[in-house]
Amino acid sequence: MFKPDLTRDDVTPESVWLNRRQIIAALGAGSIAGGLPLAANALEELEPHTWEQITTYNNFYEFGTSKSDPAENSQDMVTDPWTVKVDGLVDNPGEYSLADLIGDIPTEERIYRFRCVEAWSMVIPWNGFELNKLLNKVGVQDGAGYVAFETAVLPDVMEGVKFPILDWPYKEGLRLDEAMHPLTIMATGIYDKPIPNQNGAPMRLVVPWKYGFKSIKTIVRISLVAEQPVNTWQHSAANEYGFFANVNPEVDHPRWSQASERVIGAGLFGSRIDTLMFNGYADQVASLYEGMDLRKNF
Amino acid sequence: MGAAATFGPRISGVVRKLPTWPVYLAGMVPGGWLIWRALTNQLGMDPVKTLEHELGLLSLQFLLASLCVTPLLRFARINLLKFRKALGLLAFGYLVLHFLVWLFLDLQMRWSTIGAEIVKRPYLTIGFAAFVLLLPVAATSWQGAVKSMGALAWQRLHRLVYVAVLLGAVHFVMQEKVWSLESLLYLAAATLLVGMRFLWVRSW
Repeated sequence: MFKPDLTRDDVTPESVWLNRRQIIAALGAGSIAGGLPLAANALEELEPHTWEQITTYNNFYEFGTSKSDPAENSQDMVTDPWTVKVDGLVDNPGEYSLADLIGDIPTEERIYRFRCVEAWSMVIPWNGFELNKLLNKVGVQDGAGYVAFETAVLPDVMEGVKFPILDWPYKEGLRLDEAMHPLTIMATGIYDKPIPNQNGAPMRLVVPWKYGFKSIKTIVRISLVAEQPVNTWQHSAANEYGFFANVNPEVDHPRWSQASERVIGAGLFGSRIDTLMFNGYADQVASLYEGMDLRKNF
Repeated sequence: MGAAATFGPRISGVVRKLPTWPVYLAGMVPGGWLIWRALTNQLGMDPVKTLEHELGLLSLQFLLASLCVTPLLRFARINLLKFRKALGLLAFGYLVLHFLVWLFLDLQMRWSTIGAEIVKRPYLTIGFAAFVLLLPVAATSWQGAVKSMGALAWQRLHRLVYVAVLLGAVHFVMQEKVWSLESLLYLAAATLLVGMRFLWVRSW
């Protein structure tokens, strides 16, 4: 039975973590002096980043390519009502209102590490539900091997989609066993508040052991398909971004190392920590990839 | 014709009377402002990256500015030659800071990673090569160097700037996740400024 390794109990009171930040900062300064890198394990007692950090430092190219663009440019997007198309190899295809699609699936909190392919990271307290619950509801048919997702394209409110930076709409996909894994969630909230537009309102995918670009935002389409779909970044540069995109410190991006990462908000000193295999979720997900060459299937 | 013909020389006349130290001082303002914001936590969520990128950009901007001096003299007859050294040294200073931020704040002295990165990542190899090429240029930027080396040798050595600015711009373009107009414009400017030198002097 799956048990999330982080719960509300792991959230440290603000006064304590502010204090710990200073210790971490001091450790960071010490590590400069001693040349000792600060391992991610040293931060095992994870603390979520602040609301401000999570909601003002985003990659959401539909709203612009700079990290501050999504927060600034996404506020005109209306996400209620919202329709999600469910199609492909499902028992109950159709155009669902978001409320109907989610129905009575309860939301819960999941505090996950979030590791961007650009080698920065945060810890985010999501509210959401396991994707498998949604998939079971729409009924996955035999022959479906993958789930494909699409982000909305709303040229009226998305400045970015007017430029061919990427092949719009943004697309992502998961192998069915990845999609059904209990760690994989659909998030509709952060810090018990509705998820802000810049973070992928009204509903986004969160796959904590994969690079952030897999966790597709602002979903309008979910398709059950037989063949492995091509995701947007893979389409953009297949030599740099793969389909699996599992966080892996041993497999570098062609242009930068993935062995370590900068923790957002850790300041000028001591912000770099070692990256963990499968972003620290190896115990839960490594078995999904047994026998696979992760260098080839990056 | 008349206005254009006298405008350049008139500016040059004013420039001749100015000392060079205000250029150094003014050139340090953007860097000082940047470092101040870094130290007071005003560089946003990822201050190391911002500081690193902005310093690199400043270096490229000053390098490009230094390469505008000769074309300005040639085409507009504006003589800013006395400021060229200041622009070049400011560019080099920002490049050193850019490199130091990468070493100490970004990669935080993970020396094995640093070495591997410079060798393995083409954009870093290219950026590092630009830095190395500028070392002898900066080291011979003092007045006496021209005399001791001889003007011709000195001039030849300083043509390394042309290679370095192109490498710097390519380094900028390559580190972007998607093609960015901004970095491509810098590369275009560098290509233009270096390209016109090739047209002027066909045989080196």
